[in-house]
Amino acid sequence: MSGGPGSPGTDGAAPQADPGEEPLFELPPELAIDTDVARRVMVGFIRNQLRQAGFGRTLLGLSGGIDSALVAFLAAEAVGPDNLLCVLMPYRTSSAESVEDARTVVDRLGCASDVVDISPIVDGYFGADGRPGAGGHEALDASHLRRGNFMARARMCTLYDRSVSWGGLVAGTGNKTESLIGYSTLFGDSACAFNPIGDLYKSQVRQVAAAIGVPEAIIRKAPSADLWPGQTDEAEAGFTYPELDRLLFWMIDKRRGDDELAAMGFRGPSIERVKRLVAVSEFKRQVPPVAKLGPRTTGVDYLYPRRRPGSAR
Amino acid sequence: MKPLRIALAQLAPRLGVLDDNLAAHRRALTEARAGGADLVVFPELGLTGYQLQDLAAEVAMTSDDPRLVALATETAGLSAVVSFVEDAPDHRLFISAALLEDGEVRFVHRKLFLPTYGLFDERRFFAAGDRLRATDSRLGVRVGIAVCEDFWHLAVPETLALDGAQILINVSSSPGRDLAAIHEVGLGTAASWRNLMRTYAQLTTSFVVFCNRVGMDETISFWGGSEVIGPSGEALFTAPLFDEGLHFVDIELTDVRRERIGLPLLRDERPELHLRELRRVLAERTGVGVDADGEVTSTGEPADGRGQV
Repeated sequence: MSGGPGSPGTDGAAPQADPGEEPLFELPPELAIDTDVARRVMVGFIRNQLRQAGFGRTLLGLSGGIDSALVAFLAAEAVGPDNLLCVLMPYRTSSAESVEDARTVVDRLGCASDVVDISPIVDGYFGADGRPGAGGHEALDASHLRRGNFMARARMCTLYDRSVSWGGLVAGTGNKTESLIGYSTLFGDSACAFNPIGDLYKSQVRQVAAAIGVPEAIIRKAPSADLWPGQTDEAEAGFTYPELDRLLFWMIDKRRGDDELAAMGFRGPSIERVKRLVAVSEFKRQVPPVAKLGPRTTGVDYLYPRRRPGSAR
Repeated sequence: MKPLRIALAQLAPRLGVLDDNLAAHRRALTEARAGGADLVVFPELGLTGYQLQDLAAEVAMTSDDPRLVALATETAGLSAVVSFVEDAPDHRLFISAALLEDGEVRFVHRKLFLPTYGLFDERRFFAAGDRLRATDSRLGVRVGIAVCEDFWHLAVPETLALDGAQILINVSSSPGRDLAAIHEVGLGTAASWRNLMRTYAQLTTSFVVFCNRVGMDETISFWGGSEVIGPSGEALFTAPLFDEGLHFVDIELTDVRRERIGLPLLRDERPELHLRELRRVLAERTGVGVDADGEVTSTGEPADGRGQV
């Protein structure tokens, strides 16, 4: 395969749009994957995770962004749209466009959907219009960060509750880029029973999304956690995804050292900053540690497959 | 001469569910027999699944376990290679591959190289085998059996061929990874394996039979793509990626003779030279002096790998 940024795809799903328009997305060539193989593995993974746990259904939080849209497409392919529930969980300040985009995905897939407005939950804690909520007066002035984390966890609570009524497992929708730099809320948006796309960089999510038919508007728009109006990932992080993905790929997957990365043209401050983000978020990617006391300790010297004979419900 | 019919049982074992996997092996044997197979090859740990961790001890069988013996009884008039966790008399656990023939367990190969790096953690749970031998078979030629990582070490195919094997059988549970568009079939693992098998077949002028599992254990997916390579290094058959299936491939054993006459690489091997130089290399690495015949003469400082005597 040959081709520079913006000309990937072994499957004819190159991200070119009409002449004169911007390419659908920018794909660093070293990140280009065979989307057929990736799709095959991820769909098989979803089926297998559900089967081994004794479930036939799955559900996920559909934000209107590309990550959850891609997982919805993969899940619909894995278990059929009838066995997929997409839960839309807007807060009162969420962008109307996000909800619209999420509805487009639901319509396209023909899967079940629910809308749960999390505003009363969040406002019930932080308060609203100067009236304190369960969090007391102090919470009235809570930062974006606290509110954003709480919203992510309110959505987690909702999904895990619906998981019981729907009779399905929660599918994760976080990508590798955000996991590595820790751009997620612990026990919030990162909480799930399994995650099919957690080893795909954002650029690769875009590549597979284009190949599987995620609506173009969703692929084109600026990624955002939509936790407050006008928020975008790239503005918050100070990187574009293609740059960040390339750097992470060479740093982590290809084990390049600082000098080698600098020689490749990555700027020193970016390298330092990204390394720090990765190190500081290590805790978000691991199960909480347990003090070793007994002869056999889970995760240390009691090591069983998560799914084994007798593990299905 | 009647061709030899090989059946590749590219199965998706269920992790830790021995009874189901035994049943799947029996079904495949029955189907292979009906299809006229002479040799049926099953993947590494086909009877137990791969990512066992502490389950390994719970699914282990001795090589005379009644369940394995019962499976062997279904090989009348057949050869089959099956793989399981072997509980040795001293209770080391091995990843083993057994040659079952005419109703008996004829030969057991214990995996020699246990990958313990990257996504692998085999050495934590298993012991490494310490015998590398080809074996006679009812197929009329000697065969060499190896398990997965064994084939990432040059000495293995070479030794098996020198020991008389004309069919090198590798049973694998190779996890698919390194998805990149630049790789053949989009999978780095598959590209590497294909290179290895063609190279070994060519250099040993032997048939190479590769049976790799499919399905998933936990987070890893096994890519299948089982193959039969002829003694000239040419792929005679390649199974689909990721799909379960029983695939029949006919080979002509006379191809080995023709290839070895035309390209007498094995005739020209210099194992005595190899052995002598290996002795010297080993001696230098451990600081023991040797003479020109590789005999120990004195002890000294270990060489650092750069110097030369």
